[in-house]
Amino acid sequence: MNFQIATLLGQDGLTNGAIYALLALSILLVFTVTRILLIPLGEFVTFGALTMAAMQMGKAPKLEWLLLGLVLIDCALDLYQQIKHHIDRNKMKKIALKLGYAFVMIGLLNNLSLAEIPMACQVLLTLCLIVPLGPIMYRLFFQPLADAPALVLLIVSIALHVAMVGVGLLLFGPEGARTQPFSDTGFRLGTVMLKSQTLWVILVSIFLIVTLFIAFERTLYGKALRATAVNRMGARLQGISPVFAGKATFALAAFIGSASGILIAPITTLYYDSGFIISLKGFVGAIIGGLVSYPIAAIGAVAVGMIEAFSMFWASNYKEIIVFTLIIPFLIWRSMNSHHVEDDE
Amino acid sequence: MKSRNLIIFGLVVLAIAPQVLPTFQVTLLNYIGLYALVVLGLVLLTGVGGMTSFGQAAFVGLGAYSTAYLTTTEQLPSWLAWSAGSPWVGLLIGLLLTAAVALFLGALTLKLSGHYLPLGTIAWGISLYYLFGTMSSMGGHTGISGLPSLSLFGVLLDKGEKIYYLIWAILMLAVWITSNLLNSREGRAIRALKGGQLMAESMGVNTFRSKMVIFLISALFAAISGWLYAHTQRFVNPTPFGLSMGIDYLFMALVGGVGSVWGALLGAGILTMLKQWLQDWLPLIMGGNGQYESIVLGLLIIFMMQRSPGGIWPLLVKFAPASWRNQDHIKINPSATELSRRELPQKGKLVLEACNVTRRFGGLIANNEMNLQLHAGEVLALIGPNGAGKSTMFNQLSAVDTPNDGEVLFLNQSLKGKSSRQVAQMGMSRTFQHVKLLTSMTVLENVALGAHMRGNKGIISSALHLERDEEQRLLKESQYQLERVGLGEHLYTEAGSLSLGQQRILEIARALCADPCVLLLDEPAAGLRHQEKQALAELLKKLREEGLAILLVEHDMDFVMNLADRIVVMEFGEKIAEGLPEEIQTNPAVLEAYLGGVE
Repeated sequence: MNFQIATLLGQDGLTNGAIYALLALSILLVFTVTRILLIPLGEFVTFGALTMAAMQMGKAPKLEWLLLGLVLIDCALDLYQQIKHHIDRNKMKKIALKLGYAFVMIGLLNNLSLAEIPMACQVLLTLCLIVPLGPIMYRLFFQPLADAPALVLLIVSIALHVAMVGVGLLLFGPEGARTQPFSDTGFRLGTVMLKSQTLWVILVSIFLIVTLFIAFERTLYGKALRATAVNRMGARLQGISPVFAGKATFALAAFIGSASGILIAPITTLYYDSGFIISLKGFVGAIIGGLVSYPIAAIGAVAVGMIEAFSMFWASNYKEIIVFTLIIPFLIWRSMNSHHVEDDE
Repeated sequence: MKSRNLIIFGLVVLAIAPQVLPTFQVTLLNYIGLYALVVLGLVLLTGVGGMTSFGQAAFVGLGAYSTAYLTTTEQLPSWLAWSAGSPWVGLLIGLLLTAAVALFLGALTLKLSGHYLPLGTIAWGISLYYLFGTMSSMGGHTGISGLPSLSLFGVLLDKGEKIYYLIWAILMLAVWITSNLLNSREGRAIRALKGGQLMAESMGVNTFRSKMVIFLISALFAAISGWLYAHTQRFVNPTPFGLSMGIDYLFMALVGGVGSVWGALLGAGILTMLKQWLQDWLPLIMGGNGQYESIVLGLLIIFMMQRSPGGIWPLLVKFAPASWRNQDHIKINPSATELSRRELPQKGKLVLEACNVTRRFGGLIANNEMNLQLHAGEVLALIGPNGAGKSTMFNQLSAVDTPNDGEVLFLNQSLKGKSSRQVAQMGMSRTFQHVKLLTSMTVLENVALGAHMRGNKGIISSALHLERDEEQRLLKESQYQLERVGLGEHLYTEAGSLSLGQQRILEIARALCADPCVLLLDEPAAGLRHQEKQALAELLKKLREEGLAILLVEHDMDFVMNLADRIVVMEFGEKIAEGLPEEIQTNPAVLEAYLGGVE
């Protein structure tokens, strides 16, 4: 291996690592606030990438029908509850808003010439299409189980992942897709050639991480979510709605997931079922952080990306195996340091 | 007895099935049997033990590939040449490999909280899948073909209708072993894993060992299934051992009913048929030929978790006539020999001593320089206002927690570094302030858990029910203790249906079953009616007569004053008074702590 190859691999590793770090952070966030291990996060990644790809081919992404379908079910459940209890004007307005949003999205997607609009608009449309799926999925699949044992939540999470992969195949087909890079220019730093998409990924990731940090440290909503993560019952007694906390974290996870997908789509070809492996690597990062520490998880995730890139060079066939066996030393270390027998919730 | 007839009927149907069904249906039944064997392991692991694994398919793969490699490789390495490619050696090697991997994975994850095992098994499942796919000696993604058929007693099992009998015989054997195991001393410890680990440790159960045992059993069942699969199919490739199959196995367990051995069969059957049916019909409805059944299955599982997390089996049981349900309890043989009892220390001998025990939680000092002594044949009461640090003290004495400074001596041995399990084995037994019972088990079984340490028959004799003598002795002891505390009528009641007061008494019976020399009782009289309290006081007096040392944390002053020999009063983590009940009642510091000072 010479310096040239090392820098190339390093760039790849850093790009992937930045994405894994973003995913690891949202996995941790969802886990601490709701106790759910969000396995389907990877599907948000592929949905984001494949929606972008569909738009760039000038096709209205079929994901709009998933949004419409889920919104309709959601509104039907809302209405049912309204009729069962009492009719609340505000709630009715909300239902109308949700329906309106879904129809506006469908109108936009079918009437704009999607391939021609600026890429920033494509990105915006993709995010507007996918982010609402997060809170709706929380409401339909997890909210009725908010007090269930952690094991049940994990199983529902896996089941949702399985269903979403199937939906992905139905909506996007078995073909893989790759999108155009955000910009074509490359940079030369001494003898090192930097790919522009690498810079995009790293800069956007850093921006998102810093924004998240500020949002959680400085804003009231951020503090409310952190409070929920620390003590769910205590937060509830302080008037923080657990339903709100759940929906907000799921929205954030859907946002981070789809944004990650949009970011890596120009670099890697993604298929409807590529998401699982990507999110699992985020999980490896989260496990390294012990499912509690944000900074360690982020560092761990970057390390996963680097090791993945370099093992591609030395032992490309064993790349996945090497990455997943990475958790072993951390499990050993954690296992050695745990003494107390605890009852699971 | 109806349930036994039902089982016999089922076995007869199973025996006739391959003779009358077409080959395709028999093949389907073979698959159901193979899957059910894996799912049975998951029932044990997930339904009973409260843990879960997505790596079962990988264990199946390990079993299948071991035998495939051994029986098809022409030039075996010299150290394997003696096996001459026998499938039976393949089975043995598969089981050994599986056991090794399971022990390793278990050692890594089972001590950690709930989520590490599933995540660890996901990683393991994926890694093994890629490994099979890349190793050229294992045929890569194309796999290995040309495996020999099994032959048993000279009969070549080369057709589906023939190997059918072997598959289902092994499955029935596994069901029998599993239900035997669950109805034994080891089984009670395993059933305590779900929601009762802290309590089980205090009763001397090694919960880590119990977890490891069921993880190992479930992995071995999977490996056997893989071995059978390889010789049924006579071809292996990595696909059926990937993570998605691991998820399918878990779904089968959940659909069928993860809490019951029959749920495993039901789930494997329903899901296999449903998948077959969906694969036939969905492409016609949705067009194309994708694997759309995963959407339906995923949503089905979510719906089930929301509506009926116990699966379909419990629903069936609910609809079955009451007389069909298994009503026959284990009979307790009154002539079983009694368990040996420990020699109690001489009355008046110092048994438990706290020396300058200090416990800090950050800046809060919950116990400050606490001293107390407990002697054999004495009832010592520890009282104090709320927040005085009594419960913390209780935890230090029972080795649930470790003091920052000072030490606790039990029978002249320091408890430093000892686990609550070791302390239980030394002869200390306790009850809990917040009752910790296994609510779906009978009263008798709950109490028998207390006698766990007094038996020594292991997993294998439990699985084969070779330990019935010892089991009878344990149950007889449990019955004796229950009668002694006045719960003799409720032996077969579900523990969760008792009143709170009775549940507290049940905890005392459980603690007594461990044959302790020191009994720690955390608020035993709370929630008891007047007469129950009197009965409890009588019982404790009798135990004191027998030479037991009893430490009591209690709020009910009448109860304490009439019973205790000595009283220690705590406030703000410190001892403010110690003495006879009469002295305590007039002690000015105590009066001030309880009633406030005279202004």
